[in-house]
Amino acid sequence: MSKKADFVKFDKVDKSYDGKVLVVKDLNLDIEEGEFVTMLGPSGSGKTTCLMMLAGFETPTNGEIFLDNNPISNIPPHKRGIGMVFQNYALFPHMTVFENLAFPLKVRKMSQEDIEKKVDKALSMVSLGGFANRMPGQLSGGQQQRVAVARALVFDPAVVLMDEPLGALDKNLRESMQYEIKHIHENIGVTVVYVTHDQGEALTMSNRIAVFNDGKVQQLSSPDKLYEEPVNSFVAEFIGENNTFGGEVSEISNGTCKVKLEKGEIIANPISVKSVGEKTTVSIRPERALINPKDKMDNNQKGKIEEVIYHGDHTRVRLNLLGNSEFILKVPNSSQNLDIKLGNEINIGWNSHDARALDPK
Amino acid sequence: MSSETGKILTTDGIPLEESLKQAEKKNKIKAFLLVAPLLLFLIITYMIPIGDMFSRSIDDKMVTNMLPKTYKAMETWDGKELPPEEVFEAFYLDYKILVKNKTAGKLQTQLNYEKNGFKSVLKKLARKQKKFEEGNYKEQIMKVHKRWRNVEYWRAIKRRAPSYTYSKYLKGVDMYSNEDGKVVQVSEDRRIHRILWIRTVEVAFFVTLFCFLMAYPIAHLLATLPMKYSNLLMICVLLPFWTSLLVRTASWMILLQQQGIVNDFFVWTGLVADDNRPEMMYNKTGTYVAMTQILLPFMVLPLYSVMKTISPSLMRAGKSLGATPAVAFFKVYFPLTIPGIGAGCLLVFILAIGYYITPALVGGASGTLISNQIAYHMKSTLDWSFASAMGLMLLTGVLVIYWIYNKLVGVDNIKLG
Repeated sequence: MSKKADFVKFDKVDKSYDGKVLVVKDLNLDIEEGEFVTMLGPSGSGKTTCLMMLAGFETPTNGEIFLDNNPISNIPPHKRGIGMVFQNYALFPHMTVFENLAFPLKVRKMSQEDIEKKVDKALSMVSLGGFANRMPGQLSGGQQQRVAVARALVFDPAVVLMDEPLGALDKNLRESMQYEIKHIHENIGVTVVYVTHDQGEALTMSNRIAVFNDGKVQQLSSPDKLYEEPVNSFVAEFIGENNTFGGEVSEISNGTCKVKLEKGEIIANPISVKSVGEKTTVSIRPERALINPKDKMDNNQKGKIEEVIYHGDHTRVRLNLLGNSEFILKVPNSSQNLDIKLGNEINIGWNSHDARALDPK
Repeated sequence: MSSETGKILTTDGIPLEESLKQAEKKNKIKAFLLVAPLLLFLIITYMIPIGDMFSRSIDDKMVTNMLPKTYKAMETWDGKELPPEEVFEAFYLDYKILVKNKTAGKLQTQLNYEKNGFKSVLKKLARKQKKFEEGNYKEQIMKVHKRWRNVEYWRAIKRRAPSYTYSKYLKGVDMYSNEDGKVVQVSEDRRIHRILWIRTVEVAFFVTLFCFLMAYPIAHLLATLPMKYSNLLMICVLLPFWTSLLVRTASWMILLQQQGIVNDFFVWTGLVADDNRPEMMYNKTGTYVAMTQILLPFMVLPLYSVMKTISPSLMRAGKSLGATPAVAFFKVYFPLTIPGIGAGCLLVFILAIGYYITPALVGGASGTLISNQIAYHMKSTLDWSFASAMGLMLLTGVLVIYWIYNKLVGVDNIKLG
């Protein structure tokens, strides 16, 4: 059984609530069968709306959504067979854990025997074996979350949607739940569409991430590509940390370009600039700029240390570099004795390949 | 807690436990003093009147007070044969005083309740006793009327002896205890209370049902509409609530009477003929319409407060799990609103069962309720003990309903807001 590359397909989907503003604009998105795709973006970027359209609680204003090649816009939510985990779990408070899990099976008229078997299996999958007779109110937040996940999976849906399911949990629990959900996904191979505004969560769990902003997918790629090779300055800014220089392209040739800043000039990797004179924002990841580099690098600048913040495993250094007083460096906390002291001038170097000249902000 | 190994002492050397108790005692007294006025108020305005009502409803000292010597003498009489001379003497002396004070009429009436035909016998005795000579009263009294030789009449007096009676309660359900002390129903044409009780429960039940049917969608709308619309709707619900009861009842009279606006409209649309206007007022219909409208907010508000707490994602979850909207509603939403339904229904039912002013104004003959009967006995017949008895029966009925509700649903499940 080969996996379908467009198991879930958004085809030119628009959505507007008030007829004036499009919250989702011309969305095209293909999700492969068995894939874990995260929709990541700031609040109001349209990611939850997309999820709701897929679940059937909102209808697209334009365009069509396909599930396994069938258009689903006119299918009511209860006939789509899509599991969903809600932000606040949405467990039925008047039913026991068992009844909650049995609910989707009962409405599908399964036999009592099958129901018990499936519920048992689903509960042990989320390691809540002995909790079948508890009421949701008697469970901790993490346990409730696991029940919600189990309930969304118990009826073997083709796709499971998760709408910021870990938002209400504390940090440690959230991290362990991330791994748990990831492992469940790996084990049963269900297609998961996950919505979050937490980039750490997205990077940890996903096969691919769709970064949303302003109703559009800015970039859809794997976590590492997203981080290493952002295609525009929104993505570079949104994912991870980022040092930026605004300037103008003064020379462009052969895979590199020169960008003229207010003070000085840097060599960069032209991603979205095509010609001389274009405005651009150059983005450099903090860990790609090195202090006193041993190897030769094609960018070498002097900067003044303005702030040093100790972070345990690394130290953050804020510099004033080429007129940018917010230039951040991450220095690994090794025995190497560098001359990091407030007010010192130090040499900073980076490769032009890592300085990505993107669209201007 | 007196562990000898070491009590914790405060810095003053007093055991911590004691000093804590002292500190708490002060607080407890303070807290009690704060609620004391309310407690006193409740006792004076609630407990005492109910106690008074109860004692009034069973009080039956009238005859006992009128015949003190007779009852004293009767204590040793077994009631099998005619009483001894002492009883006759005591009765003569008691009755003489009553005749002298011109209060014998009451006794005649009361004893006639016990035994038909007693009145004329007593009246004759009142006339004849003036000529009685001292001694041998038994002979003299028996000479006045042959019925004094009938032991039944003396038994009737003895039966009247207890100072407490439940006869008012029996009367409340159209029953009485006859000469033989058996509880029987009154003759069919005089059974009015039972009809009223049944009607009261029926009206209260249907008003509750109508309120529920109307309030549920309103409350749901209130809980789910966006703020700016729900506020407006809330005002629409509360506005009648803030309007005087009399004004609202009067408006219904204007609307529903035979020459009223609704009937005019029906005639205008040709739905009914002008000479065949339906009666919607001064009967049960009027009572239903007006009471449902008046009690509706009491159903809407508890329902609304419960529905407001139900997350809309629960219905969505139900649907996403494969339940049709109807199934999701009945399996997920409806069970979660039961505390509100319970609170609203209990509130409306209890208010409706004791409703007085609206049925009095719009009920007519076929739409009045038990409370109107109670008011009638308080104001017109001045039979306060009967009114008290019926009031207490109503109260007991409400308590029973509350108890049943508690058994079925559980009172801790009620949510008033």
